[in-house]
Amino acid sequence: MADKIDTSMVDELESGPWPSFITDLKQLSKRKPAVGQLLGQLNQSYKDKWNYWQGTVLNVDGYGGGIIARYSELSSQYPAIAQFHTIRVIPPAGWIYSTKTLRNLCDIWDKHGAGIMQLHGMTGDILLLGTDNETTFDCAEELFENGWDLGGSGGALRTLACCVGPARCDMACFDTMDVTTHLTNTYISQLHRPEFPYKYKFKLSGCPNDCACSMQRSDMPIIGTWRGPMQINQAEVATFVKEHGEQYVMDNVITRCPTNCITLEKKKKIVVDDANCVHCMHCINVMPKALRPGKDKGVTILLGGKRTLKIGDTMGSVLVPFMKLETPEDYQNLTDLVDRVWDFWGSNAHDHERVGEFINRVGLGTFLEGIGLAPDPQMVRAPTSSPYIKFEELAPGRFGGESKHNPAVRSEEVEAMERAE
Amino acid sequence: MTTTATTKVRKKGPRDNGAPDYKQNLHPLMVKNYGKWAYHEFVKPGVLVYVAENGDKLWVVRAGSPRTLSVDKVRKICDIADRYAEGYLRFTSRANLEFSLAKKSNIAPLIKAVKEELGFSVGGTGHSISNVTHTQGWLHCNLPGTDAAGPVKALMDELFEEFVHDDKLPMRVKISASCCQINCGGQADLAINLQHHHPPRIKPEGVGICELPKVVAICPAAAIRPRATEGQTTLEVVAEKCMYCGACHGQCPTMEIRDAQTDTLSIWLGGKTSSTRKGPSFMRLAVWGLPNNPPRWPEVSGAVKNILSAYKQTGRKFERLGEWVDRIGWKKFFELTGFPFTKYHIDTTEMARSTFNTSAQVRL
Repeated sequence: MADKIDTSMVDELESGPWPSFITDLKQLSKRKPAVGQLLGQLNQSYKDKWNYWQGTVLNVDGYGGGIIARYSELSSQYPAIAQFHTIRVIPPAGWIYSTKTLRNLCDIWDKHGAGIMQLHGMTGDILLLGTDNETTFDCAEELFENGWDLGGSGGALRTLACCVGPARCDMACFDTMDVTTHLTNTYISQLHRPEFPYKYKFKLSGCPNDCACSMQRSDMPIIGTWRGPMQINQAEVATFVKEHGEQYVMDNVITRCPTNCITLEKKKKIVVDDANCVHCMHCINVMPKALRPGKDKGVTILLGGKRTLKIGDTMGSVLVPFMKLETPEDYQNLTDLVDRVWDFWGSNAHDHERVGEFINRVGLGTFLEGIGLAPDPQMVRAPTSSPYIKFEELAPGRFGGESKHNPAVRSEEVEAMERAE
Repeated sequence: MTTTATTKVRKKGPRDNGAPDYKQNLHPLMVKNYGKWAYHEFVKPGVLVYVAENGDKLWVVRAGSPRTLSVDKVRKICDIADRYAEGYLRFTSRANLEFSLAKKSNIAPLIKAVKEELGFSVGGTGHSISNVTHTQGWLHCNLPGTDAAGPVKALMDELFEEFVHDDKLPMRVKISASCCQINCGGQADLAINLQHHHPPRIKPEGVGICELPKVVAICPAAAIRPRATEGQTTLEVVAEKCMYCGACHGQCPTMEIRDAQTDTLSIWLGGKTSSTRKGPSFMRLAVWGLPNNPPRWPEVSGAVKNILSAYKQTGRKFERLGEWVDRIGWKKFFELTGFPFTKYHIDTTEMARSTFNTSAQVRL
């Protein structure tokens, strides 16, 4: 069969210096016929500029997600990919593996599936491409027996992702790896059994460089930061200035500060106005030996980031400017906050409404009341410029400012009371 | 339409194992120096060193992978990690491989093995173009209008020199590719996204499989409404309201939004997630109407190289693509690249006015 499959279009992707997934999959197809047929279908897509996968639903017993089920519209031509599903698997935090762990995954996957892996999907899952209905269950069973677990899909908590954090980075301001694992395991039921209006993603970055891309790709970005003075090694500052020159430091460090809070004194000493430092990381990035985050570390928690469907892109916005995230009590404070957000969003959001979209609809002020969090000026760039505000404390009348003297102004609540009377 | 799974009684219900224990997967030097790293340095393209407070050094070698890997390839990667990197490795959010090495002397043989045994190249650090994040495309998605891994492979062939060097650009450039207008590829300095050009064509015979209220509700433009014809309820789309986003297509496969004849690709500029300097930003439309042209999408690669060439010439050090355009102005951007500025570049959403130039500051 394999030698009859037309791959003439995708063959064009075998040349060039960048590694070719086509070449790799062709090799694999020698012992996995389904992969050859997959390339055949892909080639057909290239020819027709058309897609031949349909989505469907398939769940492992006890799980409400984690399997991205596909069947081919060209199954008469390519029967081996009639059913060709993706299994999402939760990776170890930070995508760091021992080869023992990774080989175990390879062995299970080689035994049950087509042997295609993606490391990793856009959410951060390990993606295993190529099972039929029956082998999906067999593979899942063996994954479970080996300590692996399925990732999230649908209106559920999605698989979490984080940067490498304290495992290998000098800028990490909290333990991204541990908090990611803690949240995953605390909320494993919400991850496996969709109960939300729509998806909910956490991404955790150890510092505001945001290597986990949490701002724009997660509903709840958790980003490491610090309060109090930045750590400065003045000897290293002097060395840096000597090596690069004063002009370089002025052009690439001092003048790039968004709040103008950093100065170079006497061509060898850096002084930071820490109260006005917004922890943007630029100066630390350029001079990592001389400058470091402060010692009193914690996190900034934001809410509402997502990609473009349906109201356009949203970024996370500040929910908690600073909190410590070190002790079991701190972890409890975080999960308490998450529970309150999920409770209010889950009870009031429309179907398919991400938490950022929900906040856009009801207003951040209403949302804060709903989750029991006091407004904080750091949550906004500036106060509103619109004078049309319903000041609840200042309104006369019985029902949130509705004047009882004006019969033309009626609220649904008044009408309901009148009907009851 | 839905495939029914054969039911078979399993030993147990959900196991809810949770995440694998990260502590079992850390390189010994990561365990030893967890949270005690002092600084890092760029050694050469693709190679960094992390230095701990006690002076321990962990050498990191980054290599670009195609993300889609056979188990055989992953096993080869493991072989190399066993030989030179104490049996540990990491993947980055952009599908790069990172080997962590205790010994500096292992760097050269590891790079050689990565090249010869995997066919991968080392790079993607510093002011480079790192690996392109991308979606599933025709390989395995049910909604795509184009492929993702294919255009990315073709593009990275063209941008290879920028991957293996770290000094050819003012700053790092992150690129993403998305195969439909859901745009799962995400924000990036430069994004290549598919664009649809007409409302969904409803296949009335297939509407029965969908939950119609959900399809109506998911439309962000309120362009979909139910319609009863000959005793059957189906849907109709108000063409003037529809913005061709395809949200309904994900909800209901009969709302066919794709069109092999008319779908095109657009290039977006200036997305940034990091809070550095002026903070995160969203990307903006730069170039539209590029043909969806498999197998190598040369028009897309050409446009990307044009933009990067202008950026290389006039960008300042540490200035991301979006920051560069902010400084020189979009007028200059369109002059430098020769792409036209059209009425379609002007925002029409409720945010539109915030994107207008509400000042007398103009470049003349």
